[in-house]
Amino acid sequence: MTSSRAHPESVADARAAPESARTGFRSFVDQVVAPYAGEFDRREEMPRSVLREAAARGYWGAALPASVGGAGMDMMTLGELHEEIGRGCSSLRNFFTVHTMTSATVHRWGSQEARDRLLEGMAAGELLGAFCLTEPEAGSDAAAGTATATRSGNCYRINGTKRWITAGEMADVMLVFANAERGRSAFIVEAAGPGVERIPIRGMLGCRASMLAEVRFEDCRVPASALLGREGAGGMIATSALDLGRYSVAAGCVGLIQACLEACVDYTSHRRQGGAMIKDHQLVRRMISEMVADLRAARLLCRHAGELKDSGDPATITATWIAKYRASVSAMRCATDAVQLHGANGCSDDFAVGRYFRDAKIMEIIEGSSEIQQLLISDSAYHDNDPFTRELVGGPR
Amino acid sequence: MNERAEIRMFIRERFPNAELDDQQNIFALGYVNSLFAMELVLFIEKHFRIEIPNEELDIANFCTIDAMSELVGRCAVPA
Repeated sequence: MTSSRAHPESVADARAAPESARTGFRSFVDQVVAPYAGEFDRREEMPRSVLREAAARGYWGAALPASVGGAGMDMMTLGELHEEIGRGCSSLRNFFTVHTMTSATVHRWGSQEARDRLLEGMAAGELLGAFCLTEPEAGSDAAAGTATATRSGNCYRINGTKRWITAGEMADVMLVFANAERGRSAFIVEAAGPGVERIPIRGMLGCRASMLAEVRFEDCRVPASALLGREGAGGMIATSALDLGRYSVAAGCVGLIQACLEACVDYTSHRRQGGAMIKDHQLVRRMISEMVADLRAARLLCRHAGELKDSGDPATITATWIAKYRASVSAMRCATDAVQLHGANGCSDDFAVGRYFRDAKIMEIIEGSSEIQQLLISDSAYHDNDPFTRELVGGPR
Repeated sequence: MNERAEIRMFIRERFPNAELDDQQNIFALGYVNSLFAMELVLFIEKHFRIEIPNEELDIANFCTIDAMSELVGRCAVPA
């Protein structure tokens, strides 16, 4: 059930002693995030106090190395962090998704000047990141984007509009894709500078506290050192960042399924109808068993993708597509059943499962829609010699 | 096996029917996209134990087997 309590400014005193990484993540979510996520959703706002609390625990720099103040987590651990945050609040997990995509991209492909100027602040959570790829007329077909970056001496001038930008309302560092002379390119834009206008987007179906914005760039001047990689490498950089984003979303979906399962086990264990607990009905048990199986399958797919990332295996890209596809579809199914099991209560604002349902729908759309994923996954069945795929389609061709 | 042969083998594992020579632009073949380009980056870094610096992230460095082989040569740390 959601809480009407105000969010505390600090829960530093409630912090646990040193413990395993997962236990620490869980503690953060149980104390700072989950009890208040319904309120974030209703207000369509992510409190700064939550972001600061995550910063105090070093979570914003999770994927960055210690040399820039990061936690240097491996991908398996990062997945656990995003899973736990996703269990508590998909909107907050969205913040972490785009911040991780942006900061990791600056670290990997940014100029030395950009890395020196931005990474320590991003690792500390003092500078929040946002990923600016989607445009009003360019969603799944991101390559159709029309934003431009025109070289002018030692600068670029960026013009164009980006839409549905998670954290766009408050981000400090934006990873922006625009067409330069040699093709689609990626730039780091510091949002406080001139030429950046943000228009908050409200009234979304789900992930309402993600603080989406439309971001307009009008003759926004950035130094040449803001270019990531070389001109024309934007597609590769977007692919790299989106791969990490998909991994984060997939892990968040595992957390969402976990939240659905926990809510349903609790509710069906206390709700009596017709003289019996509803958990004793066989059709209720069927739904619970599907959630358990979906949870385990999605978590294993995420772990597989994480292991491949940690070993630098290129197969991680397809594995991450599969993990994100399966985890998001399963999250939607589990959230639908969670509402069903809660009956009218599930349709009210008094129970969290309604929010899970709305948030789960978003997961089937962001970071590659289910349909785009199906196209790419099925491609792998025809072209891939990945051993897992080969086994499924009946041996080597 | 030399670098060119190893890169060719990786591409052929993914696209078994591709007829490739070392100068052929793999992106011009029509079925290679930026998604596969990123797989190529990961493959080259892992297989040849190098880290591609940001200034070398140029689609031209991944267009042909020759270009990738030259990239590996530039990024390799002398023994």
